[in-house]
Amino acid sequence: MNRALATGPRDSPEPAFRLHEVRQERSGKLLLDGLTLDLPRGGFTALIGPSGAGKTSLLRLLNRLDDPVSGTVEFLGQPLTEVPVRALRRRVGFVFQAPVMFAGTVRANLGVAQRLGDAAEPLADGEVARLLELVELDAGFADRIAADLSGGEKQRVALARALVTQPEVLLLDEPTAALDPEVADRLVHTLAHLRETTGLTMIVVTHRLREARVAATWVVMLEAGRVVEAGEATQVMQRPAQPRTREFLAAGEDH
Amino acid sequence: MDAHPIDISWLDLIFAAALILVAIALSAYQKLGLEKQIVLGALRATVQLIAVGYLLVWVFTTDRWWIVLAVLALMVVVATVTAARRQGKTARDRATVFPIAGFAILAGAALTLVYVSTVIVHVQPWYSPRYLIPLFGMILANAMNAAALALERLQSEMESRRGEVEALLALGATPGQAAAEPMRRATIAAMIPAVNALAVVGIVSLPGMMTGQILAGADPTLAVRYQLVVMFMLTAANAITAALAVALYRRTFFTPAAQLRVRVAV
Repeated sequence: MNRALATGPRDSPEPAFRLHEVRQERSGKLLLDGLTLDLPRGGFTALIGPSGAGKTSLLRLLNRLDDPVSGTVEFLGQPLTEVPVRALRRRVGFVFQAPVMFAGTVRANLGVAQRLGDAAEPLADGEVARLLELVELDAGFADRIAADLSGGEKQRVALARALVTQPEVLLLDEPTAALDPEVADRLVHTLAHLRETTGLTMIVVTHRLREARVAATWVVMLEAGRVVEAGEATQVMQRPAQPRTREFLAAGEDH
Repeated sequence: MDAHPIDISWLDLIFAAALILVAIALSAYQKLGLEKQIVLGALRATVQLIAVGYLLVWVFTTDRWWIVLAVLALMVVVATVTAARRQGKTARDRATVFPIAGFAILAGAALTLVYVSTVIVHVQPWYSPRYLIPLFGMILANAMNAAALALERLQSEMESRRGEVEALLALGATPGQAAAEPMRRATIAAMIPAVNALAVVGIVSLPGMMTGQILAGADPTLAVRYQLVVMFMLTAANAITAALAVALYRRTFFTPAAQLRVRVAV
């Protein structure tokens, strides 16, 4: 975990992901329109843009929940299709918009992630405690029934579960969309803190501009399946180069 | 105990058909709109069964192994079409489902029939149509229902548990691991009719085959032993067919790169 110091793309010139001419369609609808884009290694990359921009479609390509219709995606310089898909998904975790809790306790939920790896031994109590601490849940949560938790707690459990595999990258698809603003803010702070302590690369789809302002180090603005602009968070959020980005940021001020 | 079956004449059959009128009258009175379906169903049943009766007479008298096998094969095809038709919504779906249902039904039914006819009933000669065709018919009807239930349930479980399946894939699960719960539920759904039948037989239901044998003059205790063989046989066929149908159908939901296919999306 010595990538902890990496804070942005300037510290690590090789991008985590490199997309080239990526086209994605579903049921005849164009989702990504020849996207060419680098996503930096380290840092918190926020994918912003109006709904239907292709943010989630893009995110789902990165651990191969979907494959593009055409174009290439590279992970640390290696074409995604050449990385064994299960190993890739253990290195590139995914947290969904609506957290899905498996049956049983929080501990059991984390155990599922452990069991799916090659490790034969169950998750140690100390490891469960460490993971819960990372996502800022009290250790007492380990034995709570996951399905009974609140939305924000579930999302933290989903986060901890994704961390069981010790990923290098965490993809988060609107992780706060289903949460109250206050709960959402706290989760964003947890994410920012988590990234600082672990050095994880986080790529987060968000519709809340506040999140991009608070936590992001890099921002990608998408619209209609294309990149409008991408750059340092301070740059894009405060002095966007593109009129379309300015317009979108201005319209989203009250979010 | 060697009573001969009491004959049913064609005239008797016409009196029996009058019973259908009761159902039609009730349907009309309650405005169920089922009258046409009842009439067509009754006509179909009559034509099919009479045709089968004559076909069986012919198969029994010609008594050739290859004719028997051809009849059994035809039965498998019909069972497969029936099971697969209920599932596939589009022609492409049916093209996927048909071979799966066919293989699962054939394997479940054939394995069971071979065991019962060679180890238990000692059918002589091995192809004796008087035994093989009715036994296979019962097995097939069960295997067909098991396949149809398994396919239908797996489809709906995969749709309703899409989020869970994908969350497991995202954690590095194989498709088999990710779909374990839908598969378990689909297999249970397909097994339940056979398991329930085992529990209530003799109390709630007197099985048709046993009743038929008794009506035809057989010793009731022999009829019971036959029925037990049949029940166990149906349970086995049911289990084999359900397991195969679920395992094979599961594969169609995933790409080689362990991704959920689009058709699960809705």
